This record gives sequence, C-alpha cells and structure tokens, in this order.
Amino acid sequence: MRNLLLGVLCTYLLGCIDASQQTIRKTQGLVYCSEANPVSFNPQVTTTGSTIDIIASQLYDTLLSIDPETAEFQPEIAHSWQVSDDGKMITFYLRKDVQFHHTDYFTPTRLLNADDVVFSFSRLFDVYNPYHFVGDANYPYFQSVGLDQLIRQVVKVDDYTVRFELFNAESSFLSNLATDFAVILSQEYADHLAGLEQKALFDTYPIGTGPYKYKSFLRDNLIRYHRNEHYWKHPVPMQQLVFDITTNGTSRIAKMLTKECDITAHPSATQLSVLAARDDIRVDKAPNLNIGYWAFNTEKPPFDNLLVRKALAHSVDFEKIMQAVFYGNGIIARSHLPPSSWAFKAQDNMPTYNPEYAKQLLIEAGYEDGFSMTLWAMPVSRIYNPNARKMAELIQSDLKGIGISARIVEYEWNTFLERIGQHEHDSVLLGWAADTPDPDNFFSPLLSCTATFSGKNPANWCNPEFDLLLTQALDTTDVELRKTFYHQAQQMIIEQLPLVPIAHGMRFQATSADVKDISLRPFGGISLGKARRD
Amino acid sequence: MLFEYLLRRFSLLLFMVFTLTVFTFSLSYMFPGELLTNVSGQVNPSFTQSQQLTEKYHLNEGVIVQYLAFLQRILQGDWGVSLSSGQSVFDHVVKLFPATLELCVYALLVSIFVGIPAGIIASAYHKRWPEKVINSLSLLGFSVPIFWLALLLIMVFCLGLGLFPMSGRIGLLYEVEPISNFILLDIVLQGFPYQGLAFVDALHHLALPTIVLAMYPTTVLIRFTRDSMLDVLEQNYIKTARAKGLNRRQLIMHHALRNALLPVIKQIGLQFSTLITLAMITEVIFSWPGVGRWLIDSIYQRDYPAIQGGLLAVSMFVILANMLAEFSHTLLDPLSRNQAHGKV
Repeated sequence: MRNLLLGVLCTYLLGCIDASQQTIRKTQGLVYCSEANPVSFNPQVTTTGSTIDIIASQLYDTLLSIDPETAEFQPEIAHSWQVSDDGKMITFYLRKDVQFHHTDYFTPTRLLNADDVVFSFSRLFDVYNPYHFVGDANYPYFQSVGLDQLIRQVVKVDDYTVRFELFNAESSFLSNLATDFAVILSQEYADHLAGLEQKALFDTYPIGTGPYKYKSFLRDNLIRYHRNEHYWKHPVPMQQLVFDITTNGTSRIAKMLTKECDITAHPSATQLSVLAARDDIRVDKAPNLNIGYWAFNTEKPPFDNLLVRKALAHSVDFEKIMQAVFYGNGIIARSHLPPSSWAFKAQDNMPTYNPEYAKQLLIEAGYEDGFSMTLWAMPVSRIYNPNARKMAELIQSDLKGIGISARIVEYEWNTFLERIGQHEHDSVLLGWAADTPDPDNFFSPLLSCTATFSGKNPANWCNPEFDLLLTQALDTTDVELRKTFYHQAQQMIIEQLPLVPIAHGMRFQATSADVKDISLRPFGGISLGKARRD
Repeated sequence: MLFEYLLRRFSLLLFMVFTLTVFTFSLSYMFPGELLTNVSGQVNPSFTQSQQLTEKYHLNEGVIVQYLAFLQRILQGDWGVSLSSGQSVFDHVVKLFPATLELCVYALLVSIFVGIPAGIIASAYHKRWPEKVINSLSLLGFSVPIFWLALLLIMVFCLGLGLFPMSGRIGLLYEVEPISNFILLDIVLQGFPYQGLAFVDALHHLALPTIVLAMYPTTVLIRFTRDSMLDVLEQNYIKTARAKGLNRRQLIMHHALRNALLPVIKQIGLQFSTLITLAMITEVIFSWPGVGRWLIDSIYQRDYPAIQGGLLAVSMFVILANMLAEFSHTLLDPLSRNQAHGKV
C-alpha cells in the first residue's frame, strides 16, 4: 500500500516537471476558448457569431468562398461555376473527391454529389423537403436576405452539376452562397435519420465535409472535434480541436496565461496589454466589417415616435462611450456601414450629444416628464461591443439627464437573442458582424421587413420605402448604381433612427505563439482547419 | 434498542423528505412565468402539446393529485426538461453530481488526514508553541473566505508561478470516456491512458480546488479534535493512567484518542452539508463541472426546472449524508442512542 502511494506521488511530482506532458499536448490538438454554447450544430439555422465561429468552417464547406484579400470568389466544393447572361441561372460544377465525415453515429457510403447540394438548399425553401420543418423552419440568414423567395428551384443536372434557377437576378446571390451559412449537408445522413425517425438529431449530431468532425459536446463545458482524415482540401495537422466554453472574459484571459487555451475569442481591450506583454502569446488585430448599435423597438410606444428616438439619440455622449468601452480599439460610427465597405458614405446629420435639444424633442413629443424603459445589454463581449454592460450603464446615466429612467436587462446569451427575436425589449445594445463584404449584408439581414418576421430585426422596423431601396440595389450589378441606392439607405437609417450606429470594432485574437496558420478574416467566422503547432 | 432508534430516525427522514418535496413542488408555482413551462420545461408548447402536458402533469386536477403525480415522476427519474439545454434534468444531475461528490470526498479526506493529527498535536502540546502555531493557523484558515483564498491561490500558483491549471477536472485534450463520472476512477478503469499522464493531469487539476475546499473543514476538525482531546485528558481515568506512569504517547494513543474521536466522527458527517455549499463556490471559481456550478448557471439563466431539480438533488443528498453520519456515530457510541427524540 505504502509503495503504491509512493509510486503515485512520484509520478505526480515527475509529471509536474516532465516535459512529456508538453509533447503529448503538442501533437494532440488545440484548445479554443469560446464565449458561449453553440445554439445548434447546423449553420443554416442560426446567425449567432459565437456559434458560427465554433461550427461553420470547422465542420462544413461551402460551394464557394470569398478571398479576404482580393474579395474575389474562390472555388470550394464547386470547382467552377457559370452565370447565365440574364443572371437567373447559375450552374455549379462540383468536385468529385469530397467525402463526408465518418463518425461513430454515421458512416457515409458515397462521396458528395449533386443530391447533397440540392438537398441542402431545398431544405431552406422547399416545403416538400422532409427536413424543411425540422426546427420550426427557421433559417434566419436566408429568410432575412430573402433567399427563400429568390430561388425558384435547385436542379440536379448530372451527378456533379447543379443549377440554381432564380426568379430574378440578384447581385448579392453568389456572395450569399459564399457565407458561412450556406453549407452543404449530407442527404444520405438525412435519409438515414429519417429512417430512424430521428430527424431532430440532424442539427445536433452534425455530418459535414469540413476539416474536423464532431466527437462530443458537454453543455457549458466543452465541444470536442476530431480530425477528418479524409479532408479533401489539405491534410489536417491537429488530431483534435476542443472548444472550452468559458463565458467569463477574464477567465479566458487567465486561461491563456496558464496555457489552458491556445486561442481565445474576443479578449477585451482592457486586458490586451497583459497578453501583449508576454512573449509566448501573440495578439493579432485586424479591421473587421461590423457595426455596434443601439436599436429601438419601433413597434412599441413611445419608440414608434421618431421624436422620441431622436431625443434618445441626442441624449447620449457617444464620444465618452468610445473611450470607456473601446479604449481606442474601435472607430466611432459615421454611418451604418463601416468605412472599409465600398458603399460607405459618411452621414452629415449623425446625432450629436445635445441634452438640451433632446429635452426639447421630448417635450415636443409630449413626454416632458420623461418615462421609464428597458435597455437590454448583451452579456457577451463581441467585436462590435466589447462591454455592453458598461455601455448600458453609461447610457443609463446619460438618459437620467433628460428624465428617462432606464433599467438594464441581461440574460444568458442564447436566451437573450431568443427574447430579442420575440421583440420583448424596448431598446437593445447589439451589433452585427458581416458575413460577406457585400454591403447588402448590413441591411437586409438586419433592417428589412423579412428580417422582422424571422425575428432578426432588433428594431422591429419594417419600412417599405427602405425595402424598395434594398431591392433596387440588389436588382442591378452596376456598382455605381448600387452605391447610390446604399447611400440613400444609409441616409434613411440616420433620418428614421430605427437604430443609432455607435461604433465599428477591431477584431482581436490572442493565440499561443507556437500556434500557426490561423488567419483573421475581416468577415465571417474563424477557420481553424490549417492551424498547427511548431 | 438499536432498531427502535433506527425507526425514529427513519420517520424523521421521511418527514424531512416530505417537507422538501412539498417545497420543491411548490416552487413551480412560485417561479414567475407559465406554470406549464416551469413544470415541463417546454417553451411555448403548441395547443396539442400543452393539452398532453396538462394531462401528464395533472394540472387540471387538485393540488394533492398534482403533488402525488410529482412524487411519482421524481421516483421514476422524470425530473422535467432543462429550459436552456432541452435535455433531461435528471441526466444532468447524474452526470454532474459525481464531480461534486468527488471534490467533496477528496477535500474531506484531506481535512481528516490533516485536521485530526493537527488537533492531537495541539492538545498534546497544550499551552506550548506547537499548539499556538496550530491554533493561529487554524484561526486564519477559519476566517479566510474561501472565494478569496481561491482567487489568491489562482493568482499565485496559476497565473504567477504557472504551476497548476486553473479550471476543469482534466486537461481538455485528454479524452477520458465517462463511465462512472468519477474522473480518477474512470482513468483507472480505462487502464491509465496516455501513459499515465492523464491520471497525473487529473491530480494536478484536483490539487487547488481540494485545498480550497478542505480549508474550512480542516480548521473545524482541528478545533474539535483539540477541544475534545483536552476534555478527555482532564478525565479521571487519564489521571489514573498518568499516575501509573504511562508516558504521553501511550496515554494519548491508547487511552484518550478513541474516546476523544467520537464527537469528531459525528462532526465529520455534519461537515458534509457545509462542504456541499462551499463546493458550489469552489466549482464556480475553478470551473469545476459539478452540480453546484450548473445550479448557479441555471439560476442566472432562469432555468426553473433545472433549479428545482438541482435543489432537490443537493438537499436530498445533504439530508442523507447527515443521516448516515448520525447513524455511524450511533453505531460507535451506544450512549447517544438513549436520546428520546430525534434531532436534526
């Protein structure tokens, strides 16, 4: 007994010193500290950034992608494509060597072919697709950009050729297909689950073609992926990819320091100096297409009154917020679009801090005694708003200045989004990070009428005039013409103020110095397929 | 005699379980929100669903019937569905409770192996420097709030010296299949995977949480052992033994210790309830995937079925642990069986 104890003690002490632990860690894999549980394992059914980071590029592939540097389309599962002259027919030619994941719960018998592509897209809009109604037929991204209304049908031409037939040509169609949401799922797996009458498992036990395959998920703890040995694009260096779900931002930083994480999502700006001071941690910074805003529930009185919205926008000192929340790591918004977008136009009449004017507006609107409202602050740190709680407190104190008492509301992230989708809020601090460089990505998914129905429009704002502008911009491929429409759209947002644009954040990422080949893209989720250790 | 005593205990246990279940049952009425959602965990059920659920939970019948149905479900392991994860609450409890239990057991072991000898040493050197040192250390340990201690240890050993990891039960890259959900046991059952490194790593992860959690019970045990030793050492039979010429070692090991440990054993059992409470704090700080952290997360997420299930599981466990402690104490100490009434 005594010998055994001694043995255990020895190995324990040796283990502390022994470097073998490090070597095992090296070949085993990578730990990514993530800020929230994934909502689903199918990117079609969510737009939550934290979820997309975890699932999209890791588990799935798309037909094509956008090169972050040149903004040109790149072939992925489709090795080439052809757009007809009227822009209504797009034909994709698929690769013939793409395998789906082999897992404990499913082994594919065939390679990816046209059936899978047809199945994946018809699920989004075809009510006869057996999976269309699984998960309440909620496909927020596609519905909010109107893709479900755009595609007439998806046709299998031959085993490796697929044709998309559209009702009308739309300039952002290809870039929408290049987003993280437009993934290719396995029809064989879908049939297999349908046979077992277990359709609901389709979005929880994923089968994709990406560099990693699903192994296990323990809520609030971790998600484990294994390497996909049959990945078609390149060999995957890491045996495992583990997502450590750490909701607390400070804990994520601490775990970076103790080497429990190799990569951390969204380190907060205040703590960057701690990380940057270390030799073994690399902090990357890149501009990103995003917008943090303060949206009003425009269907709920008194926020249906433009004067009230204006008063609120003028009562808050956003310059102060920029300093207190972004610490110089963001730029104050001059329009709804970030300046790096090609359709950006600085707006002259952005609301400025003017409490006197705000009070006057309130009197005009008939609220001289003020009112009370809720101010929802998102509980996680995102690029476009690193600390919504703090921002909410600053806004709260500014609002008090014009006689409005605001109550700050917080929920767990996924619950929060769900409740915002049901428009339970008065006003909310939220944001949007782009999935494609196309400017439409900032408008249709956020402020269109269809986005209202799918619960993605945080301002609950449906303005037919605005929608018309968006449609006109999509109907043409003439870039100059599109620009003028988007300029008008930006102007309209500032005039109508369904939301107040606040800031555009920089994307940060802290990585262990020995981890290589993870690039920061200006849009979309993170991709870890090539990540390796030195 | 013993049988009668057990019967008394058992009836008390029944009564307490009854009170507890009534309280848990009434929680779904006291929580805000829809009763049906609170009970079933189904958010926005459709009309047919809500009819089925009403039927299942007997919501259209009297409170007594509902309560009986509730008891039946509890016994069958149907504890409702968590609002935030959509999975069975009972499954969560089964998966997470072993982690908490594991932590508590190790902490208790540490406090027994440290606390009792320290208490004996203190009493043996009464009013001399070893006692003074032990006393002041235990007072310090007793007064330190454990969340502060935990953060301090993390600051020094994890962030400063980089000696220990600060979260979880094992390095996440080690894949250990959950069999019993007790991590060390699982590793042993799987034959020490990764050349034993997984086991070492698990111990490594255990170290700080165990120390933090053991701090409070250790100090309590030190003080109890010391006081009860001093009491016993005052007794006449000890004086007689001393007069006969026994040395201190013989006196303590052969005559005093057995009698002095009786109240301490009872105390060990009673520490379990304090431990569970402290374990929740420890779990949150060290991201230990146990039932306490889950319960606190559930409170934050307003996940009512989970709060209900978690409360029930934890309090049931505390009651049982207390009962067991009393029972073992009774077995060892026949005098205590003479109590006419049970007490909590």
